Amino acid sequence: MTASAAVAPGGAPKADGERNARDGAAEGAIAVRCRDLAKSFASAAGTVRALRGIDLDVPRGSITMLVGPSGCGKTTLISIVAGILAADSGHCIILGTEVSTLSTGRQLAFRAKNIGFIFQQFHLLPTLTVGENVAVPRVINGETRTAAGIAAAAVLARVGLAHRVDDAPGVLSGGEQQRVAIARALVHAPALVVCDEPTSALDHDTGQHILELLRQMVRERGTTVLIVTHDNRIFPFADRILRMDDGRITGIEVAVAERPAP
Amino acid sequence: MMAIALQMMFGDRGKFFGMVIGITFAALIMTQQPSIFLGLITRTYAAIQDVTLPDIWVMDPGVQYIEESKPMRDTDLIRVRGVTGVAWAVPHFKSIINARLPDGSTKAVNLTGLDDATLVGGPPRMLEGSLADLRRADGVIFDRDAAEERLRWRGQDGRERPLAVGDEIEINDRRAVVVGIGEASRDFVLVPKAFTTYSRAVTYAPPQRRQLTYILVEARPGVDPPELARRIQADTGLRALTGADFEAETLRYWLENTGIPINFGISVTLGFLVGTAVAGQSFFNFVRENLSHYAVLKAMGLGSGTLVRMVLVQAFVVGAIGYGIGVGIAAVFGTLVTDSVLSFYMPLQLLAFSGVGVLLIVTLSALLGVRQVLQLDPVVVFRS
Repeated sequence: MTASAAVAPGGAPKADGERNARDGAAEGAIAVRCRDLAKSFASAAGTVRALRGIDLDVPRGSITMLVGPSGCGKTTLISIVAGILAADSGHCIILGTEVSTLSTGRQLAFRAKNIGFIFQQFHLLPTLTVGENVAVPRVINGETRTAAGIAAAAVLARVGLAHRVDDAPGVLSGGEQQRVAIARALVHAPALVVCDEPTSALDHDTGQHILELLRQMVRERGTTVLIVTHDNRIFPFADRILRMDDGRITGIEVAVAERPAP
Repeated sequence: MMAIALQMMFGDRGKFFGMVIGITFAALIMTQQPSIFLGLITRTYAAIQDVTLPDIWVMDPGVQYIEESKPMRDTDLIRVRGVTGVAWAVPHFKSIINARLPDGSTKAVNLTGLDDATLVGGPPRMLEGSLADLRRADGVIFDRDAAEERLRWRGQDGRERPLAVGDEIEINDRRAVVVGIGEASRDFVLVPKAFTTYSRAVTYAPPQRRQLTYILVEARPGVDPPELARRIQADTGLRALTGADFEAETLRYWLENTGIPINFGISVTLGFLVGTAVAGQSFFNFVRENLSHYAVLKAMGLGSGTLVRMVLVQAFVVGAIGYGIGVGIAAVFGTLVTDSVLSFYMPLQLLAFSGVGVLLIVTLSALLGVRQVLQLDPVVVFRS
């Protein structure tokens, strides 16, 4: 456990004074700061406590992976961090803003401007071209389709798909589709990218290439990346690995030694 | 984002064509069937519309529609002429009478007797001969449809031919000579139309005490026709209606005494229901299959309001396309049946009617889609 990790194993609640003092000290260097996050869901079997008082700090510019068994709360945690799910209690400060206190419209605008998404199943719109898919986040941010298209073409060139800009996503391989998804996640230069199992639909080599590409691009931009994954083959790409179990963060690894040379 | 919404819809060709076909079908049925209906009901009073000159029709109080023959006394014509405000009044005869064609076959004809002096009430357009030819001995003018179709006769050479100028026939066993072919509006009863003078018509008709079917009245300049009609009614005890009122009265009779409105109403309702079912289900499925994409957009920061607008734009654009095609097909159908026995009348009000129907279908479909989008939880994007 390191100071920069600032994670309380088991997510034990702390006194407000202690928490605020520590929050203030680390604020500038922290992209995501969550405290005492709790979330429960009702199910047929009764109430499921997905998060049990999580404390989480993610340093700016880092690649952080959330790992753990299915149902341990990883997806719930990144959903709350991404602002698409509300916590029952606790709070999250994302890029210096406590998003949950904003109005719905401001939350949407914050998310559109500051957060990029990469999904396991890519979720590209099949009736749009590759270029149009990549341009979508900029269009959501109010840019014209033409301007967004130019920016999208530039990012697609960075991921090596300049020649695919007018193709339909359906004709691309899985690896190419995930590269398109990376381009889409980064096209509007968000400060935070959340990824859900970005390599689980890909073979080993393609997964490695995708993570290499992602790491290279976020390093250039200083983007913070939070990845939920089961794929231990990509752990070497992480700056930090947070292990979760039963709604709690149970450990942190800083994997400097194991990281492949850039 | 609206352009993206349309791209999402146009790109899913199967669903898109399903929705367009559903709405096209509904728009077609909701336009074409009422057009046929309107065409039919306008034919019920076509004979009144063909008689353009007089302001007022005077008839027996028991008459409910134009083809109903309840003759008045000849002296009633004198009484009507005596009413203040009447510029002129002429007799008008209408009756269905048997005619024997040159080959000996018999057909019923709808005989109209025109005032001998003025010939008011003849066919609006003459194709062969002139109205004045009715003054020739035993002269009768036939409507083109009657002459060319329903009164065709077989010559001695065994070939069928239309009734033509110069042919001699018998009407109620009395000689008649075809002196002209005119063109009258098609009417509802489809009995071949023939025209002759009033005095000759009453000789063709079976002998009866009363022969005067209608009196056609023109109001003096400055006299209000409805007011004059009321005055004629009060002074003579006869029924007097303006042309428009008589058309409405005739229409009301056919609507009330036949199942036509119900039958067409059922067709229109079925068209609406089938269109709603097909288009609604296709649109519902389209939105449902795109929920993950809407969820991605929602996760990326697109608001529910924008998503709802996207769904509405998709629904209303597909509605407009389907409506355009449906109405277009109906219009082509109408053009093809022009000048045929099929009736078709598509006024602007009918386009508004079917437009409202399509709008209703599209709105219902859109509501199904909007409901799904509003209930959409963007968290689903993280569920594989």
